[in-house]
Amino acid sequence: MSAFRAVLAKDLRTELRTLESVPAMALFAATTFVLFRFGLDRTTLEGALAAGVLLATVLFAAILAINRVFVAEREQGGFDVIRLSPVDGASLYAAKVCVLAIYLGALELIAVPVFAVLFSVEAGGLPALAAMLLLANIGLAAVGALVSSIAVNSRARDLIAPLLLLPLLVPVMIAAAGAAEPLLAAGGPSYADFGQWMGILALYDLVFIAVGYAVYDFLLED
Amino acid sequence: MESAVESSAALPAQGASAPAIALERLRRDYGERPVLRDVSIELPAGETLAVLGPNGAGKTTLLRILATLLRPTAGAVSVLGAPLPRYALRARGRIGYLGHQPLLYRELTVRENLWFNARLHAVEREPTRIEELLARAGLARRGDELVRNLSAGMLQRAAICRTLLHEPELLLLDEPRSHLDAAASAVVDELLGPAPGRSRVIVTHEPEAALADADRVLLLRADGGVIHAGAASELSAGDVRAVYTGTVR
Repeated sequence: MSAFRAVLAKDLRTELRTLESVPAMALFAATTFVLFRFGLDRTTLEGALAAGVLLATVLFAAILAINRVFVAEREQGGFDVIRLSPVDGASLYAAKVCVLAIYLGALELIAVPVFAVLFSVEAGGLPALAAMLLLANIGLAAVGALVSSIAVNSRARDLIAPLLLLPLLVPVMIAAAGAAEPLLAAGGPSYADFGQWMGILALYDLVFIAVGYAVYDFLLED
Repeated sequence: MESAVESSAALPAQGASAPAIALERLRRDYGERPVLRDVSIELPAGETLAVLGPNGAGKTTLLRILATLLRPTAGAVSVLGAPLPRYALRARGRIGYLGHQPLLYRELTVRENLWFNARLHAVEREPTRIEELLARAGLARRGDELVRNLSAGMLQRAAICRTLLHEPELLLLDEPRSHLDAAASAVVDELLGPAPGRSRVIVTHEPEAALADADRVLLLRADGGVIHAGAASELSAGDVRAVYTGTVR
């Protein structure tokens, strides 16, 4: 637990100092929403289209952070620091999942209001949307930390991370879009299948956290 | 699922006097290219081993294997009584590794880096230990500077503080005096010198200092083979220099 807290604190302190990830993600998301607004020539979005625009934007913004989350470990010897200490790799994995989830949460605190204003989204479904995004963030972070630690050792990491990541995240996107579509429907939110989609998201999160926990020591070793 | 490395629970019983390191026919290849060939040597606990040899002889690779950062291709390696790589977790935390990279985060201060390492190693009384080391290394007033702003010599001293933070039993030192002026070298010699219960493996290109400092010497050829593995008293600085100049192959 001490190692987990140490890595988490180190990464958050570094981000607060350098502002390398979250501002870039937020700027990317805001710019993408503006492009969608003019590209689709719509001032309002609802239902499946609204869910698609929001979730695709969050996903691509997440890739920016996922690509960077292990760069300091790779370039400044952080992997060696962890391997020289008597802690297992799961602590590093758990901390990186938390870091990514926090970055995504911070991104959404900025991106969702921008999205709501730009596309005149009704506010009624936003609390449930926030709960759904929380579960989706955990899934994105669990898979993202796993893929990033594989890709970071490659010179083509900017290409490899999305290529590995996007197919693995298809179930998250299906469940998140399924949950978000009725929440963003014209005429007010509906919660008909919301619990079912949330259950799928929670199951996905559990599976990938368990996989990460099980394989991470092997990924760290030479 | 079996773990990549195992903790000490399943470790065969070791005698109290296990050697600091024991290598038997160690080989390490990078792809098809052998870097270390048939290296066998034992270092009793509390002694110092100097590793000498020209560039490309595999000295740094050997140190990284002993630090549990690389796996041997073949042969047996035991560090502080723990056979590697299987029981690496048992040796980790008892090793202090000073490599070519300082292993410090550039966007953190020296103190923040040491605090981070102290937490990983569960160092007791961490603030006291950190301040003591910074003072001994002459970095007390530079402790709140970002690592990226330090000069190479300061960086090396900070890395030495990181290496010693958890009071390791085995020091693995790769050219510890690099980037240091004469005054800083004296400070570093005091920090990294012999101490009760401390074993050391030192990679260096300074034959005279190494032979004076070491109990044992491992002298490697450019192709990773062994020229000498034994007592330091059996070699002269001239013998070592002959290897560097290519007179002995």
